[in-house]
Amino acid sequence: MSEWKKICALNEIPNLGARVVKTEQGDIAIFRTSNDEVFALHDECPHKGGPLSQGIVAGKTVTCPLHGWKIGLDSGTAEAPDEGHTPCLAVKIDDAGEIWLDMKTQSTPCAA
Amino acid sequence: MQKMKLVMIGNGMAGVRTLEELLKLAPDLYDITVFGAEPHANYNRILLSPVLAGEQTIQDIMLNDIDWYRDNGITLHLNKKVTRIDRKHRVVTTADGMTAEYDRLILATGSNPFILPVPGNDLPGVIGYRDIADTDAMIDAAKQHKHAVVIGGGLLGLEAANGLKLRGMDVSVVHINEWLMERQLDKSSAKLLQKSLEDKGLKFLLKKHTAELVSGESGRVAAVKFKDGETVPAELVVMAVGIRPNTALAESAGIHCNRGIVVNDTMQTYDPRIYAVGECVNHRGIAYGLVAPLFEMAKVAANHLAEFGIGRYTGSVTSTKLKVTGIDLFSAGNFTGGEGYEEILMSDPVGGVYKKLVIQDNKLAGAVMYGDTVDGAWYFQLLREGRNISDIRDHLMFGQSHVGDLGHTGHNRAAAMTDEMEICGCNGVCKGNIVKAIKEKGLFTLEDVRKHTKASSSCGSCTGLVEQLLASVLGGDYSEAPKTKSICGCTDHTHAEARNVIRENKLLSIPEVMDFMDWRTPNGCSTCRPALNYYLISTWPGEAADDPQSRFINERAHANIQKDGTYSVIPRMWGGQTNSSELRRIADVADKYAIPTMKVTGGQRIDLLGVKKEDLPGVWADLDMPSGHAYGKALRTVKTCVGSEWCRFGTQDSTQLGVDLEKALWKMWAPHKVKLAVSGCPRNCAEVAIKDVGIIGVDSGWEIYIAGNGGIKTEVAHFFVKVKTAEEVMEYTAAFLQLYREEGFYLERTVHYFNRVGMDYIKQRVLEDAEGRKELHARMIFALQVEKDPWAERAKEGILKHEFEMLTVQ
Repeated sequence: MSEWKKICALNEIPNLGARVVKTEQGDIAIFRTSNDEVFALHDECPHKGGPLSQGIVAGKTVTCPLHGWKIGLDSGTAEAPDEGHTPCLAVKIDDAGEIWLDMKTQSTPCAA
Repeated sequence: MQKMKLVMIGNGMAGVRTLEELLKLAPDLYDITVFGAEPHANYNRILLSPVLAGEQTIQDIMLNDIDWYRDNGITLHLNKKVTRIDRKHRVVTTADGMTAEYDRLILATGSNPFILPVPGNDLPGVIGYRDIADTDAMIDAAKQHKHAVVIGGGLLGLEAANGLKLRGMDVSVVHINEWLMERQLDKSSAKLLQKSLEDKGLKFLLKKHTAELVSGESGRVAAVKFKDGETVPAELVVMAVGIRPNTALAESAGIHCNRGIVVNDTMQTYDPRIYAVGECVNHRGIAYGLVAPLFEMAKVAANHLAEFGIGRYTGSVTSTKLKVTGIDLFSAGNFTGGEGYEEILMSDPVGGVYKKLVIQDNKLAGAVMYGDTVDGAWYFQLLREGRNISDIRDHLMFGQSHVGDLGHTGHNRAAAMTDEMEICGCNGVCKGNIVKAIKEKGLFTLEDVRKHTKASSSCGSCTGLVEQLLASVLGGDYSEAPKTKSICGCTDHTHAEARNVIRENKLLSIPEVMDFMDWRTPNGCSTCRPALNYYLISTWPGEAADDPQSRFINERAHANIQKDGTYSVIPRMWGGQTNSSELRRIADVADKYAIPTMKVTGGQRIDLLGVKKEDLPGVWADLDMPSGHAYGKALRTVKTCVGSEWCRFGTQDSTQLGVDLEKALWKMWAPHKVKLAVSGCPRNCAEVAIKDVGIIGVDSGWEIYIAGNGGIKTEVAHFFVKVKTAEEVMEYTAAFLQLYREEGFYLERTVHYFNRVGMDYIKQRVLEDAEGRKELHARMIFALQVEKDPWAERAKEGILKHEFEMLTVQ
């Protein structure tokens, strides 16, 4: 069971950047990579809760601004040797370039 | 009320010190009577050696003369030997029949020299070395006789031998052990000591067992005969093979003794009315022969005699200093080491310096020093306090003056550190963690260690130590990082190469650079991108586009991210000056946005902490003050003193110059943060010596200092040049900073840049090349023309709005 919600247009998120969506589940960070893929993670580093949305994005990784943990955008998992996991949400871009977020994500491997 | 009666048997240092302590606490509690067997009042027994050596007189070593006893109301009986204690009736009796009653009794009977049980040990000319009488006997013998033998190569024996030698005798020291002073010294230091004493003319007969003392025709001793048959002439034999607690009297009174009068931690004997202190005592199985423990005992005994009842003596760690002029020797604690102990050793036999520190469980357990004993007292203090020395361990050997650096206390030798010692103070990583990670995870590079342990990944000040650990753990397997390190794992190129390529090929964007230099990753990483972005905008101002996504969040949000994800806002206050309307606006902003914390910064500004990101543009608009760049690799603050405008000592208008400098340079980006300061006179209230550029006004102009640093490792700025006018200060400062901006590597402070290129180079570029200096200055001005106030842009012009707006579910 999914619950897709429209968030914003792709071009409202900077390339290699992120925006934050306020939701009932808390802040969700939507990331955009250099080749226009989008990913959604809870905006909370597994280390000390740093806002991942504020980190530098490179490839499919974001570096947490607080202590430099690197979190995989497609898995929510901290890059070894750090250990930790941030829950992901399913996200998609429609043909009109609008970003949709599944508020009841169940299928992604990194879901909560 | 009648006073209690206190009697003391023995008039030596420990006993009299007990009385002194007691009189301090309870001057009127007791009627005090003292019996001394010697004809002297209290003298400093440990200074008998200088008396023997002719360096001091008996008068010099008196501690309490007869008057002292009288002044304190103490009845003193000299030349009176107490021979009996009647504990039932609480009376003591002397050999000549004098009696005294007591309510409390102190036994301070000291010790006797141990006389070897060999034939002839009672001959005339055979003495111990304990008191003034012995000393006098030796002085007399030296006048009449030639040969002296001192039996015992311990502290006392050597001092006696030295004194006799100085009095003209031919002295041999006989010692049963392989080396001298084995209770205080290890073999190495003892050999150094022996050499020095031999140079003074003493002879040593080591590993010799005395068999007999042979008498001459006069009946006086004439020779010492050893078990191996050898004989040496001796008209004076000094027995210095040890002391025995003098317990005869106590034993005769039925007080429990066992190699000393047995006392508890309050210095009380088995008879609760009787206390004992000093060398006659056995405390927890130990009889002490040195003065410091005796004084500690005295304090405790006095406390209980004064009915305070709170002191406990729990034993002493002792230290030894040999009192032979010209020989510096110190030992304390367990200096032998062994299993479970670690040793730090410094040995320079030619220079005559030897030091050994013995450590157990990160605490100093013992020390032996020869030749350089300056730090003896300090080591002894560390020993007694049981202070954990891990933080100062690497400098411990070099003494107190070498300790006291900031942060890492100057650690520079990782191999000498123990596993528990912290290498990375930022992330709390110990040497053991790093070594374990290197071994178990097969790490080979600094980058590996950073990833696995976090050590050296924050402030980086321990990088050198981590590299040393890699080298020491891996040995030959560790290939030391080349002096020029690549920027990060995304490329093999160095910072210098990236800078050159950007300049020479006029590259204007990060993708261009990565393409040109064959970057391994498509978008680089959070290490290389900010560096490249800086190199681009500093090399091609106005042409290369700044990439906010390649900046750390602080420079993207123009505020400083805090641990909870909120931000801090520090508006610029030119030269640290402000006014009532600015302060009012700041106060209003704090109220309006419910800012939880306001703080005065170290850079003479005001910090608003806990601002929500979405509030930042509003805060900036309402403040209506320029960005302080407190979040950036940029010009931070220009700290000033009030200068000649107000200060009665000020020679120059430092505030105005500070404001001018700040207004001229404030929008510059740099490899790292840049801090300036201007003081109006040499009193230097603006603390310019730890700034990237510091200026001190003097009567005849301005002194410019560069490359100071107050951070991780404090570096004092170097004098650069003195100029006459404020205009010159502006030009020279801007030129130096522009040079740093153009050539510094990203995250390299001015001090690191300075250390890399050297003062000569900077002088050549900025001082000697006047034309070049003006060009540097001009380039700085040009670069800053294109920069705008980032706060105003965002607050008023709506630049990069998305950075501060949250999305909502539609």
